[in-house]
Amino acid sequence: MFVSKSMTRKIITVDKETGIFEAQSLMAQYGIRHLPVVDPDNRLIGIVTDRDIRSALPYSFFKDTFSAQEKEKVSQLRIKDIMTTNVKTISPTYTIPDALLLIQELRVGALPVVDEQNKLRGIISVRDLLRAFINVLGIGEPGTLVGILVEEKIGQLKKIVDAITEEKVSFGSVLVARYWEEGKRAVFPYLLTQNVAPIKRKLENMGYTLLDPMEWYLDQLPKNE
Amino acid sequence: MKKTGFLYDERFKQHVTGPHHPEAPDRLRAVYQGIQDAGLLAKLILIKARRADMEWIETVHTKEYIQRFEAACRSQTPVFDSPDNQMCPETYEIALLAVGGVLDVVHQLMAGTLDNAFCAVRPPGHHAEIDRAMGFCYFNNVAIAARYLQKQWGIQRVGIIDFDVHHGNGTQHIFETDPTVFYYSIHEHPTFAYPGTGREFEYGTGAGYGFTRNSPVLPGQGDSDYRRLLERDLFPNFDDFQPEVILVSTGFDAHVDDYMSDIKLSTEGFSWIMERIVAVADRYAQGRVISILEGGYSLKRLPELVKNHVEILLNG
Repeated sequence: MFVSKSMTRKIITVDKETGIFEAQSLMAQYGIRHLPVVDPDNRLIGIVTDRDIRSALPYSFFKDTFSAQEKEKVSQLRIKDIMTTNVKTISPTYTIPDALLLIQELRVGALPVVDEQNKLRGIISVRDLLRAFINVLGIGEPGTLVGILVEEKIGQLKKIVDAITEEKVSFGSVLVARYWEEGKRAVFPYLLTQNVAPIKRKLENMGYTLLDPMEWYLDQLPKNE
Repeated sequence: MKKTGFLYDERFKQHVTGPHHPEAPDRLRAVYQGIQDAGLLAKLILIKARRADMEWIETVHTKEYIQRFEAACRSQTPVFDSPDNQMCPETYEIALLAVGGVLDVVHQLMAGTLDNAFCAVRPPGHHAEIDRAMGFCYFNNVAIAARYLQKQWGIQRVGIIDFDVHHGNGTQHIFETDPTVFYYSIHEHPTFAYPGTGREFEYGTGAGYGFTRNSPVLPGQGDSDYRRLLERDLFPNFDDFQPEVILVSTGFDAHVDDYMSDIKLSTEGFSWIMERIVAVADRYAQGRVISILEGGYSLKRLPELVKNHVEILLNG
């Protein structure tokens, strides 16, 4: 649940005197798009993204009409010339939901994780959050999704969880989503079993409506006018 | 009429899964009934199971896993690796019989005494991973058959077609880096159905990239989607790959009346699929098709589905 558990700890960093071609090849080599810039004490002083580097390169670079003279000029560029110094960061004690909301709000691809002394501890990227989300969904493990329509009132989930637990089936996750009908909720248990038929029958006998995933799907499709 | 083998053994029913388990011995009763009532027994070459040599199990599964499975049965552990896998002390021996029976069928096919075959085995195999039992499966019958074809009979290209309604994760993973085995599966979309793999973008890895192909089918869909997807994803790929032998992971659980899935394939839909598979085998594999039973839980529908399936093999 905490950023410190999901962040990437083995961070590739650069110092402010690094040349931009070197930074570019580091990104290519490690398949990353963000390079934190640190001082000799590992304090964060900036960040460079692949987009910063692309913007610093002249248009001719991409058209293969790059002259030796231009190349010489660009190769003089240092990270300090193009880095963002006003870096948005996150603390390792923040939670994953914090990181999700923050990344969405700031519209960035990654946030450096720094401690109280502004020392770099890691980096959390959209990719790390996706991994955490896949973990939360439980879909890395074999299982089956069941969709149940419930009244929006207290105690519904308990009944469902109890009914499934009685069948000795484990949960990978349970998602609760809004339904298009007022006063109703859709509950999606992801069950770690192949054998869902008895559970479906049991829930129906308890009076629940099972969601037809296709009905759901078709409802989401743009209507042909 | 072709020389069609029928692997069947009463002992397959000794793998007992408990009173409410769908993968029950009664499935084989229904299978046998379908064949017997249609008067097909006299036309088939009946093959009894025999125990597989460990050498062949080990071409797919780790020694550690095999020993763990044997020890679990010996100590009468009621479930193995997942609560789905309910078993009994005999399960290990029966699983060995299923593999051994399939290998004997392969042997007879390659030796020429059979043209094709249907193997009515229990337990099923396509979910079994190298080192893990999953989804009612313990030894991966189809995968071991493929390795046996290659190592014992020098077959270069094995085509596996899996139309069980669940993705054959085990088979896919076993061969995902292997360009000599093409694994094709059509199944209910993994977002809605077990085991959650077999997405359209899984194509194999490394040297095996492009030799795995998956066609997920959305819940509620049936014959027309199956036709469209098989024509798009399977047949053109097998035209390129040209398998020398085709192994089929045959599951009947995509049937509209099978409560294990939300797929609505008709009885005729199953026949169409099998007719096309036999035609592909005739074209590239000298008609060599071995169909190996996986799922299929509707005791009411199994007799007719199996009858049609076997008739297509006989007349193919």
